[in-house]
Amino acid sequence: MSQRVTIDPVTRIEGHLRVDVEVDGGKVKKAWASGQMWRGVENILIGRDPRDAWAITQRICGVCTTVHALASVRSVENALQLELPVNAQYIRNMIILAHAVHDHIVHFYHLSALDWVDVTSALKADPAKAASLAESLSSWSGNSKAEFSKVQQRLSGFVGTGQLGIFTNGYWGHPAMKLPPEINLIAVAHYLQALEVQRHANKVVSILGGKTPHIQNVVVGGVANALAVDSQAVLTVERLLAVKDWIDQLADFVKNVYLVDVAVVGGSYPEWTQIGRGIVDYLCVPDIPLDGRNTEFALPGGHIAGGDLASFKQIRTHDDAYFKDGVSESVKHSWYEGGKGPLHPYKGETRPQYTDFQDDGKYSWLKSPTFYDKPMQVGPLPRVLAMVAAGHKPTIDYAAHALELVSTVAKTKVGIDALHSTIGRHAARAVACAVEVDELARQWDLLLASMAKGDLKTFNKPVFPQGEITGVGMHEAPRGVLSHWIVIRDGKIRNYQCVVPTTWNAAPRNERDEPGAYEACLAGTPVAIPDQPLEVLRTVHSFDPCLACAVHVVDQERQPVIRVKAA
Amino acid sequence: MRVVVLGVGNVLLSDEGLGVRAVERLQRINCLPPEVEVIDGGTSGMELLEQIEGIDALIMVDAIRAGAPPATPIRLAGEALPVFFRTRLSPHQVGLSDVLASLELLGRSPRHICILGLQPQSLALGMELSRAVEEGMPALLAMVTAELASLGLAAPAKSCGGS
Repeated sequence: MSQRVTIDPVTRIEGHLRVDVEVDGGKVKKAWASGQMWRGVENILIGRDPRDAWAITQRICGVCTTVHALASVRSVENALQLELPVNAQYIRNMIILAHAVHDHIVHFYHLSALDWVDVTSALKADPAKAASLAESLSSWSGNSKAEFSKVQQRLSGFVGTGQLGIFTNGYWGHPAMKLPPEINLIAVAHYLQALEVQRHANKVVSILGGKTPHIQNVVVGGVANALAVDSQAVLTVERLLAVKDWIDQLADFVKNVYLVDVAVVGGSYPEWTQIGRGIVDYLCVPDIPLDGRNTEFALPGGHIAGGDLASFKQIRTHDDAYFKDGVSESVKHSWYEGGKGPLHPYKGETRPQYTDFQDDGKYSWLKSPTFYDKPMQVGPLPRVLAMVAAGHKPTIDYAAHALELVSTVAKTKVGIDALHSTIGRHAARAVACAVEVDELARQWDLLLASMAKGDLKTFNKPVFPQGEITGVGMHEAPRGVLSHWIVIRDGKIRNYQCVVPTTWNAAPRNERDEPGAYEACLAGTPVAIPDQPLEVLRTVHSFDPCLACAVHVVDQERQPVIRVKAA
Repeated sequence: MRVVVLGVGNVLLSDEGLGVRAVERLQRINCLPPEVEVIDGGTSGMELLEQIEGIDALIMVDAIRAGAPPATPIRLAGEALPVFFRTRLSPHQVGLSDVLASLELLGRSPRHICILGLQPQSLALGMELSRAVEEGMPALLAMVTAELASLGLAAPAKSCGGS
């Protein structure tokens, strides 16, 4: 007999993501991913000044404020065909990269590590054994026996006073938890160290962006940062030196802790390289522009069909017709008025039409985006595979290094094919993070070199023509391809659509009833205990879902979040 | 003494953003002593860790769904606070409650935490507050200044010319 397991919410208190799985014979047979909240934020923008759109769109999401701000100004600049000063690109690039590094570290340690790490088991570890294991894998200074003993004592005190309740619903003791106590202790220690290190990335964003969590320095045409070699009020060399120091500390942690931990977890759960493959049509866009017209990039992007790197087709500029013409969205299974088939975002409509959750009909507030009519997977895995396919040397090297570490831990040769999986998405995210932290340092060098030549320009004034223009703002955000699409008429916004990474990945079935990435990747996932569906959460969390952050209401009424019934 | 008044919520969803709107008004209307830092937290999580760690008091201002009539003022503190933590689904979701949990683990939690808010009327899309919540805002601001007063901090209205 099959069972229906409903996890609602998967993400946060208000439940923007609901996942239903039909479990039969201990495995997921069929899955539904459903966005549970309407996000027609685009409707707020219609009729407004395009220069204000970025400040409003950065409120869409609590975690991804900067990415929406940047995609939004890029859409307006693309419509105007406006060239930017390179200094503005360097400053934006550093914000993009510091935000990405922050996001990846927090995702692994604070969002998803507890899917794999049993905190209570760390209490049984021998700190000396943990230290010798950690030191054999990395030169990180925080891997000493003294450090691990200290963490264990703190944790023990915490558990002793019953405060572990703040990690409610940790699946302690679940049969799918397999790490030995020493590795659990190392992970808990690094969880705490990551809390310290993530601040450095946040500081880089706040110095360059003027403020955090909502940056204030972005303007259509560049950035509002005034550059100076020597002044108290603006971005000076002295403040940039502090930024460099934080970047170096981030790089140390990412390469010597994060990348190693992911390899250790991956190598300890080899069966998870065979789970969660799903959609292997991958899409990412190039980012970190090196010129004012978005035609040269530090990090390449493109499209991979059927998981075959040889099929890679590069997206060359932020004006590339291959991307612009390929995207459309279907609402056949979404709670919107439809009937017109898939629509290109410039023609996109957002008119709600709620029904109940209908397994074979409408069941989500998310639309279903496709690229040339096919569902895609987006995120760090597509990004890493595309960069490898494009011959990007740093990515090739870090990917090889990570797979070597995994092979050492797993005691068997693990190749790049293992990346098409639940655990592979974590590995790819760590590889992307290492590439991004190096690129962050390089963008810092480029900015300083430009300033040294006497170029302090950061802004080109936009001029809005009469009549109608359209533009797309592409951005390879931490969670994958983000695109904002704008139609401007006589200087006012006429239409606006955001096609966000989680919409690609958590999409409901499309016009041809093909499942989205979460749904496809969940098929075949084992489920040992239906009312503790840890394995389902592992696969969903490997994408770093980001739907829930838009709402923040304190709810005094406790509601059950997992329901199981006979299907 | 260091005190943070943190407004949270999404300003694109009408009353959902009442916490952010409240702290904007607090800064506009009241003279705040130097011990008090006001933060527009939006819907952020871990980005806020730095600013609230090791402080003496955290006053969060938020929409609170308590099944009460619209704009009912609500204060959660002490025994009532665990309710806030308990509503989280899992350890994986980094929201503000997780930031506070992390600070607890680091031994750097704010010593005093309270949540002040109003029952929202509308969470519909839009940048304006509902009429009921709009009318309830002065009461909410009065709760914030009363909370500050209980910590020994005066925040008189600017028009009173207190300073």
